[in-house]
Amino acid sequence: MSTLYTRRTVLRGMSLLSLGLLAGCDGGSKLSFKYGKDLSDKIMGRTFKLKDAQGETKMLTSYRGLMPMVFFGFTQCPAVCPTTLARAAQAKKLMGRDGEKLQVIFITLDPERDTPQMLDAYVKSFDPSFEALHGSLEETAETAKEFGVFFEKIPSGSSYTLSHTATSFVFDSRGNLRLGLSASLTAQECADDLLTVMEVC
Amino acid sequence: MNSMCAKSAVSRRIKQLVLGCSLLGLAWQVSAQTQVQDAWVRATVAGQPSTGAFMTLQADSDSKLLSVQSPVAKTVQIHQSTMKDDVMSMRQVESVALPAGKPVSFDPHGYHIMLIDLTAQVQEGSKVPLTLIVENAKGEKETIEVQAEARALGMADHSKMH
Repeated sequence: MSTLYTRRTVLRGMSLLSLGLLAGCDGGSKLSFKYGKDLSDKIMGRTFKLKDAQGETKMLTSYRGLMPMVFFGFTQCPAVCPTTLARAAQAKKLMGRDGEKLQVIFITLDPERDTPQMLDAYVKSFDPSFEALHGSLEETAETAKEFGVFFEKIPSGSSYTLSHTATSFVFDSRGNLRLGLSASLTAQECADDLLTVMEVC
Repeated sequence: MNSMCAKSAVSRRIKQLVLGCSLLGLAWQVSAQTQVQDAWVRATVAGQPSTGAFMTLQADSDSKLLSVQSPVAKTVQIHQSTMKDDVMSMRQVESVALPAGKPVSFDPHGYHIMLIDLTAQVQEGSKVPLTLIVENAKGEKETIEVQAEARALGMADHSKMH
């Protein structure tokens, strides 16, 4: 009888624990965001391997404990890239102390023209904590594909510009993809949803 | 006495006429121009080869912006950004229609001017000269010189994208 009771207690405890996991860090659990898109059930962007400005290899696990927010773009982008990076810097400030955990990662879609040093200076002009990653053309294409990011070169005179997905992808501190923020959202709206990610993990 | 009165009345009329004419002329001169407001260029970091220029244009009569030139860039193009399913696309356009009396915004979310192959870094706070060529419906061309202010690269965009 006493062993049965113990077993029941253990079972109850285990179910409570799993409930906690569901609501918490488990990658598959749904989250309700006010503005962004819940990507908790998407398996994306887990295996990228790119280089930072110092030439060091960076992967998702390099940012464990932080909340990575990944955005794809290029420095010759006049519109959505600087706007989104400025919005990220603003959202980070709006989050107060919690903002310190937000790690903005800018991945260039134009490694042919964006040199590592220029990229680094570019993202750091928005916030000194921001990081820029780059890879070869193949690595870039592979990474974009992994995130479901569309990009395409558009010839423009003797030069070219790029069309690309403008979504920001947010992971929780354990590396589970959580949230997709569209370019149309404001910094405040982003900050609200980013804080929701932080509440769970 | 009477003739004096008449004389002063006539001269008053003439004065009014002259004033009226000059006011009219002034109004015509102002309205004949395309108004440029809030022209700015996004500052760059060293080595960055291109950037965007933004402003609001308002033409008095149906016109179009044909081209833009600037000594800071080897190539200047007019581009249009469009957003569909969160994919930002950009394409070069030949010209931009400026309907009479309607402000047309050149901002990061729609039409904008691309300064490509910059000759030097665009420093925050500096003035970037731009020459705009606008053509009206009669085919008359107007050249507008603008000094656009270079604003910080990291500056938050205040216009909401929707």
